Amino acid sequence: MNRDKLIFEKSVPGAVGFSLPDLDVPPEEIEKLVPPELIRSDLNLPELSELDVVRHFTRLSQKNVSVDTHFYPLGSCTMKYNPKVNEEAANLPGFTGIHPLQDEKEIQGILALLYDFERSLCSIFGYEAFTLQPAAGAHGELTALMMIKEYHRSRGKGARSKVIIPDSSHGTNPASVAIVGYEPVVIRSNGRGNIDVAALKSALGTDTAALMLTNPNTLGLFDEHILEVAELVHKAGGLLYYDGANANANLGICRPADLGFDVAHFNLHKTFSTPHGGGGPGAGPVGVNKKLVPFLPTPRIVKKGKKYKFSSNVSPKSIGRVHPFHGNINVIIKAYAYIRSLGGEGLKKASEQAVENANYMMNRLKEYYWLPYDRPCQHEFVLSAKWQKEKYGVKALDIAKRLIDYGFHPPTIYFPLIVEESLMIEPTESESRATIDEFCDAMISIAKECEVSPELVKNAPQTTPVKRLDEAKAARELNLRWLQEPLK
Amino acid sequence: MNYPENLKYTKEHEWAKADGPAVLVGITDFAQDSLGDVVYVELPPVGKELLAGKEFGVVESVKSVSSLFAPINGTVVEANSALEGNPALINTSPYAEGWIVKVKPANPADLNGLLSATEYQKTLS
Repeated sequence: MNRDKLIFEKSVPGAVGFSLPDLDVPPEEIEKLVPPELIRSDLNLPELSELDVVRHFTRLSQKNVSVDTHFYPLGSCTMKYNPKVNEEAANLPGFTGIHPLQDEKEIQGILALLYDFERSLCSIFGYEAFTLQPAAGAHGELTALMMIKEYHRSRGKGARSKVIIPDSSHGTNPASVAIVGYEPVVIRSNGRGNIDVAALKSALGTDTAALMLTNPNTLGLFDEHILEVAELVHKAGGLLYYDGANANANLGICRPADLGFDVAHFNLHKTFSTPHGGGGPGAGPVGVNKKLVPFLPTPRIVKKGKKYKFSSNVSPKSIGRVHPFHGNINVIIKAYAYIRSLGGEGLKKASEQAVENANYMMNRLKEYYWLPYDRPCQHEFVLSAKWQKEKYGVKALDIAKRLIDYGFHPPTIYFPLIVEESLMIEPTESESRATIDEFCDAMISIAKECEVSPELVKNAPQTTPVKRLDEAKAARELNLRWLQEPLK
Repeated sequence: MNYPENLKYTKEHEWAKADGPAVLVGITDFAQDSLGDVVYVELPPVGKELLAGKEFGVVESVKSVSSLFAPINGTVVEANSALEGNPALINTSPYAEGWIVKVKPANPADLNGLLSATEYQKTLS
C-alpha cells in the first residue's frame, strides 16, 4: 500500500519543535509540583521538528476532497458551496466576542439579527413563527413532533398514535416518530414517484397524528397531488409536517405553508449554504402556522418598541427549551448573510438555477443510465445502474468508485431505497455549465467502460493512495488507534 | 440468482423451510445480493414470540440497515450464533450456513400459505 507514514512512525527520539531559553530559576523536581497520580510516562507522543510537523499536516490537508477543490454531486445533502462572505460576517468581533449569559442590553445586535432572521424565514416559507433552537434537521423533526403531540393532547379528542411516512422518506423521519412515542406507518409511492393517494386513504384514520412529507421528495420530484394529500390529512384530523430537506428547490416559487403544511423544519446547510459535514454544528429551525404557535419552545425573542428581549412567558402550552441557550447562533449568522446577500429575487434565482442544472444533467445522462421516474425533476434526480448490473455485473458502488479516478467526488448511492442500484445526483445552483458537462462526460465515459472493460470499473479507484476498501472489515473491525510496536 | 424449489418465501425476501417439527428462517439470495456485504445481524433471544409480518431482528450491511420480518407465527427455539462472529455467512450461503433463526411454529400448516419459488420470483420482476 502506497501511503504516507503516520506522524508516530515519523517520530525521531530527541527531535523537538521548540527552542527554549536557558533556565534562569532554580530547577524543581516535577514530582514535587504534580501529584503522582497525574504523572504519566506512557503517552509516547511523537517527536518531530517544526518543519516536519508542518509538512505532515499540509500534505494530509492536500488529500482532502472538498467543495472548494472538487465538484460534489452529493449536493446540498452534504455541503453545497459556502460563500466566503458568510464566514466574514460570522467572524465579526461583535458576534464572536459575545456570551449567551450576557445581559440582553449588551447583545441587542445579535437579538435583532435573530429576530430579523425569524421574520425572513416566515416570509420565505409562509409561517407565523419559527423557533431557531433546534441544533440540526433531525432535532427540528423531533421538536416539531413534540409540538404535534402536545397539540393533539391539548385538544383531548382520543389518542392519536400514528404518523404516516412515504417509502421515499429520509430515515430520520421514522426515527424521530419512534422517539416521541408515535408509531411510523410507511406507505408506498406510485409509479410517478408521488404518494399513492389510495394507500394514503387506507392508512388515514382517527389514530393519525400527522403525515411527514419531503417535497420535492428524495427522488427530486414534486408531489403532483399535494393539495389533495393535504386536504385528506386535515379531514382525518391529522397535521401535515414538511421535511424541508429539499426546500432549496422552491425558494420564491412556492411556500410550504401555502401548500397546507402546518409545521416544517429547514436545514440551514441545505437551503441557505451554511457549512455541514465533519460533525460541525448545524441548525434546523422549525416554522409553525397559527395552530401550533402556542407550543413553540421558549424562550422566544420578542420586540418591545425598539428593544429586543427573551421571554419565557409567552405561552403556558410551550414544550419548553429544546437547546441550551438559543441555538447554534454562529450557523444562523451565516444563513442570514446568505439570505441578505441574495435577497428575495436572488434566492428564487438560486432555486431556478439548481433545478435547471439538475434537469440538464438528467437529460444528458438518461440515455446511458436507467431513469426510473422519467419526468422533469427539481433540484436532484435519481438514476439507476440497473442496466449496467444486469448486462455487465457492474454495480452503482463500482461506478461511484470509478468517478474518483475521473477527479469527481461520488454521488449518493443506494438512497433512496425504493430505487435499486440508485445514484442520486444533485449539482446545486453554484456549478457552471462547464463543470456540469465535465461530470456528465465522465459518467458517459464510465457507462462505455462498463460495456468494454467492466473489470476496470469494478476495480476502481486506481489513482488514490488507498484502493478499494474492504468496507465490511472497516465496519466490523473499526480500529482507529495506533499502537507502537514494542521496542526491540 | 438461486431460489431453491424446496423452500417457501415471503415478499419481504425471507425464506422458510420445515426442519423436523421446527422451521428454519433466513433471507433470500436476492436479499443478500441487494444488501451487499452483511456486517451485523441482530438476533432475537430464544423464547421470543414471532408474529407473521412483524419485525424480529435487524440485518446491517455496508449499504443499509434492514428489518427482518417473521414469515409465520411461532417461538424462537434457536438463533444462528455463527452469524455473531461471521455475519458474511448470509452472503456466502444464504440458504444453508446463513440461516438466521429456528422457530417452533404456532401452526405448522402456516408454511403452506407462503410463496413458492416461482411465485416469489414473480414478485421480483
